[in-house]
Amino acid sequence: MSVASMSMWCRASCRASSLSLLVGGSTGPLLGGIHNNALVRTLSSSSASAAATPAAAAAVAPEEPPPVEVFVNGESVQVPKGVSVMQACDAAGVDVPRFCYHQRLSIAGNCRMCLVEVTKSPKPVASCAMPIMPGMQIHTETPLVKKAREGVMEFLLANHPLDCPICDQGGECDLQDMSMAYGSDRGRFVEEKRAVEDKNLGPLVKTVMTRCIHCTRCVRFATEVAGVHDLGVTGRGGSAEIGTYLEKALTSEMSGNVIDLCPVGALTSKPYAFTARSWELRPTESVDATDGIGASIRVDARGHEVMRIVPRLNESVNEEWIGDRGRFSYDGLRRQRLDAPYVRGEKGAPLRKATWKDALEAAAHGLRSTPSTKLMAVAGKLADAESICALKDLMAMYDGQNLQVEGVTPSSDAADVRSSYVFNSTLERIEEADAILLVGTDLRKEAPLLNSRLRRSAVYDCVPVASVGPDVDLTYPKKDLGDSAKAIDDLLSGASAFRAVLDGASKPAIIVGAHVLSRPDAYGVLSKCVQLANDVGCVSGDWNGYNVLHECAGRVAALDLGFVPGPKADVATAPGFVYLMNADDEATLASIPEDAFVVYQGHHGDAGAARANVVLPGAAYTEKGATYVNTEGRVQRTKRAVPPPGSAREDWEVVRALSEVAGLALPYDDVDGLRVRMAEVSPTFASVDSVQQSTIWLNGSTYAASKGSSKASTAPFTSSISNYFQADVIGRSSKTMARCVETRGEMYAKTHDVGSTLGELGEPSAHPLGD
Amino acid sequence: MASRTLPLFSCVAHNTFRSHMRLFGSGGGNGLSAVSGAVSGGVVGVVGAAGAVGSSHLLLDRGLAVRPFTSGKKSASASSTFVQSTSFASLPLSRSTSSRDHVASFSTNSHDHSNLHQPDQPDNSPDVHWDFTEANYDKVAEIVARYPSNYKAAAVIPLLDIAQQQNDGWLSVSAMNRVAAILGMADMRVYEVATFYTMFNRSKVGKYHLMVCGTTPCMLRGSRDVYAEISNHLGGVEFGDSTPDGLFTLSEMECMGCCVNAPMIAVADYTNGTEGYTYNYYEDLQPGDAVRIIDSIKDKGISSVKIGSQTRGTCEPKDMQTSLTSTPPGPFCRPLIKKEAEQKA
Repeated sequence: MSVASMSMWCRASCRASSLSLLVGGSTGPLLGGIHNNALVRTLSSSSASAAATPAAAAAVAPEEPPPVEVFVNGESVQVPKGVSVMQACDAAGVDVPRFCYHQRLSIAGNCRMCLVEVTKSPKPVASCAMPIMPGMQIHTETPLVKKAREGVMEFLLANHPLDCPICDQGGECDLQDMSMAYGSDRGRFVEEKRAVEDKNLGPLVKTVMTRCIHCTRCVRFATEVAGVHDLGVTGRGGSAEIGTYLEKALTSEMSGNVIDLCPVGALTSKPYAFTARSWELRPTESVDATDGIGASIRVDARGHEVMRIVPRLNESVNEEWIGDRGRFSYDGLRRQRLDAPYVRGEKGAPLRKATWKDALEAAAHGLRSTPSTKLMAVAGKLADAESICALKDLMAMYDGQNLQVEGVTPSSDAADVRSSYVFNSTLERIEEADAILLVGTDLRKEAPLLNSRLRRSAVYDCVPVASVGPDVDLTYPKKDLGDSAKAIDDLLSGASAFRAVLDGASKPAIIVGAHVLSRPDAYGVLSKCVQLANDVGCVSGDWNGYNVLHECAGRVAALDLGFVPGPKADVATAPGFVYLMNADDEATLASIPEDAFVVYQGHHGDAGAARANVVLPGAAYTEKGATYVNTEGRVQRTKRAVPPPGSAREDWEVVRALSEVAGLALPYDDVDGLRVRMAEVSPTFASVDSVQQSTIWLNGSTYAASKGSSKASTAPFTSSISNYFQADVIGRSSKTMARCVETRGEMYAKTHDVGSTLGELGEPSAHPLGD
Repeated sequence: MASRTLPLFSCVAHNTFRSHMRLFGSGGGNGLSAVSGAVSGGVVGVVGAAGAVGSSHLLLDRGLAVRPFTSGKKSASASSTFVQSTSFASLPLSRSTSSRDHVASFSTNSHDHSNLHQPDQPDNSPDVHWDFTEANYDKVAEIVARYPSNYKAAAVIPLLDIAQQQNDGWLSVSAMNRVAAILGMADMRVYEVATFYTMFNRSKVGKYHLMVCGTTPCMLRGSRDVYAEISNHLGGVEFGDSTPDGLFTLSEMECMGCCVNAPMIAVADYTNGTEGYTYNYYEDLQPGDAVRIIDSIKDKGISSVKIGSQTRGTCEPKDMQTSLTSTPPGPFCRPLIKKEAEQKA
């Protein structure tokens, strides 16, 4: 807790005011007295990232703020100036109970659980909201503190129902835990408890509002992090309640996080309700593969079933949030699964269940009997790096050079320079950007977690954001420059006013959406973007603000492994044999001629399997230890939480088996051998969980040699995702996601119109609450 | 609300609720801090939430709380879509008016029945068009101009007040949405303010809103008799109810700051929109005064009644002055004009 809270503090202070000193790279020495090593680590890492540009560091941190010495239970602690008493206690390793305080949210100070005694203060003070003073003597273990906290706990429990045995929060409930320390074994409250009407917040969040202790974490999360002003406190005093006033579902793509934030059982997961108790679950620390962010997750399973997915703390990727698709689409892992191989006897015949032997032989026959010029393989959005590498090697054995990545216009240019297809600035450092241009992306749908970071920049740091692309509500103010390549031309020529903003920025960033990669004129648009990045100085020193945002987990790995058409490939040739690795996109399938022999490998019976002649069942991301590379190029590994269903196998094993059946066995027998091979192909795979900085930047000439590079059509830019909840086969198979789509449809139809007389009174600011 | 769970609080006896609210000292003033929270904090209602933890406990009637929820009837009236309980006769209500079969309220004022918007009200849905009149837009612009443009939200309370006056004494959802749009606030932030303050009505009221002060000094000086008198005179309406002719709504208010002239009632006049709006206090009520006031309002309009104390000029002692009988001995105010001249020099 302390680590996170400290790092958040750094952010909060630097955003709030002149206290930005602390992030400037000079916090190291003042931490000498802090006992908590983790804290030192966090602070120095944040300082390292900020200090990496010497000029910027010098500008931000002209001098060191002196550390402040306070005493927690008599022990001296050196803490940065301006932190709260609670953070000083955290730094000293002293635990302070809390409900309303959360390190990533504003301070509310309304639960009063964190009361501590401060010498010379006549009353106990709420440590979360009290700033430290030099020489402050803080006591957390005195009888006064204990009695005060017991009093608070008694009031909290007065109206809290005694339904822990049927509460989904039971076993992982802050109130339950703290009542063990501060609760009484009996209450003095003999009157009737109050009861509050439950709210319908949509298909994801279940409410039992009588349990609510009004910490307002959910309200603050929705307002500050998610950027949707849906939740609030209505009424006051004994009749205060949390809700939306008008009944409506939460409109955020990261609404599920309020479930984790709720310290009691008032907000729980609707799909998970009453399905398991927390202590029955087998946790597996893994990585989310449902989008390009690659959030750190914990997969909680019971037996062979994934019961829920929750986020893990990972400051550099997802902080502690995950999107709703990553959290709730797990029920799609149980439906529509391919649990056995299938073979289609002849054209038009239905797929029939087959043995692995028959299926592999059928696939091998198709592979062997097709001339190499007509071989084609497609790496889909959910494909893992191991299977892509194995498939690439397999295709190489048969000299099949037509390798394509789903969602990328086939061209060898796609994977030439790593810095041209990854999110170079990294997700964490995008917050350093001081001007941001979005090209062809709807961040809210493609990467809600990144959108929340950008919201923080745009709203709290007033970073100007402009968008060339769909006109959508990103929850923060942004300037719409148009939706076609002409807007980029205007930026290049200086005709657009935003060009001056980008020019004036010291760390400008351009975020190119995956939609651009899939356009027929992809390389024309991309070369313009790269040119613009170069012209406005997106790349200087250690800052590379040219970012490509991928909306799926499989693409960066495929590009890293060079899964692009080879030099002899002619993508115009109609393929006779197509190997679809987790590829289900309409566009992909539409490009396959009718008489082609299609092998589909994947885990869901979706569009790809329906088209296939041979279906080879693979494992979903929760069922294999596989490598995924997120949009910033971070190599991450999932772990097997549950086994694949039926006779499905891990994907690379399927390719390996096929290679053997086909007659030319791949030269690795285990996953370690394969990973060595991956590291040979691309060194980035050698180090897991880190981002290998792409050093090569061709000064804007990345696509100079590309065919038709100067041409860009006038087709409007859209988002690569039109339906957030059903963007992949897992989401499409999920009932929960289907319910979300249903709710959202109604919701969007209901948004009311803002009248026309606004002009007289001036435009309303988008964020009136000072945020 | 598609999946509304059974609201236990629909059995809350209204009177019990009010009396306990008073007992625990909640529901009173404390306006200023809340306003600042509402306007600047982004987390409106924190003050209220803190109060919920520490200050008051709403009491469900013991007998009712365990009664299984049986009735599926929903009142179609605009004032309440809550389920009407079949029998409240056995309720041990603290007042003589225990015949009340109205179900109760979980909201802060005694007129509205919930802190939540009740669905299925044709005239109170976000789809209804609502806007300020031209004349009121002048006022709105004048009020908004008082605040810096990035703190426009500070005008939310005065704007809601104007909206309520214009809208016959109550705030519809679309009126609140309109205020939100004008001030560039999120709708929810406006709902929070409107539900927090007892003087904002979120369901229809009569043309005259009679508010009986029920806080301790008034209660000691006979506010319950005033209530009983009015209630009987208006044909048995209770707190939160309106007369069938739509002329009067009776509500209970917390302290309105006239303790020295207790007991008192306040009457809001919504007969003539914003222009004719008045909000008058009638203090030092003797038996019969309340009825007389109501009758003269009925007959001749509100202007025919003496405003303020019914027995005194203002709030001087009843019989004779016992203090401040001589010229105050000083020290007197600083001679500010002289001071200012000194500073200038």
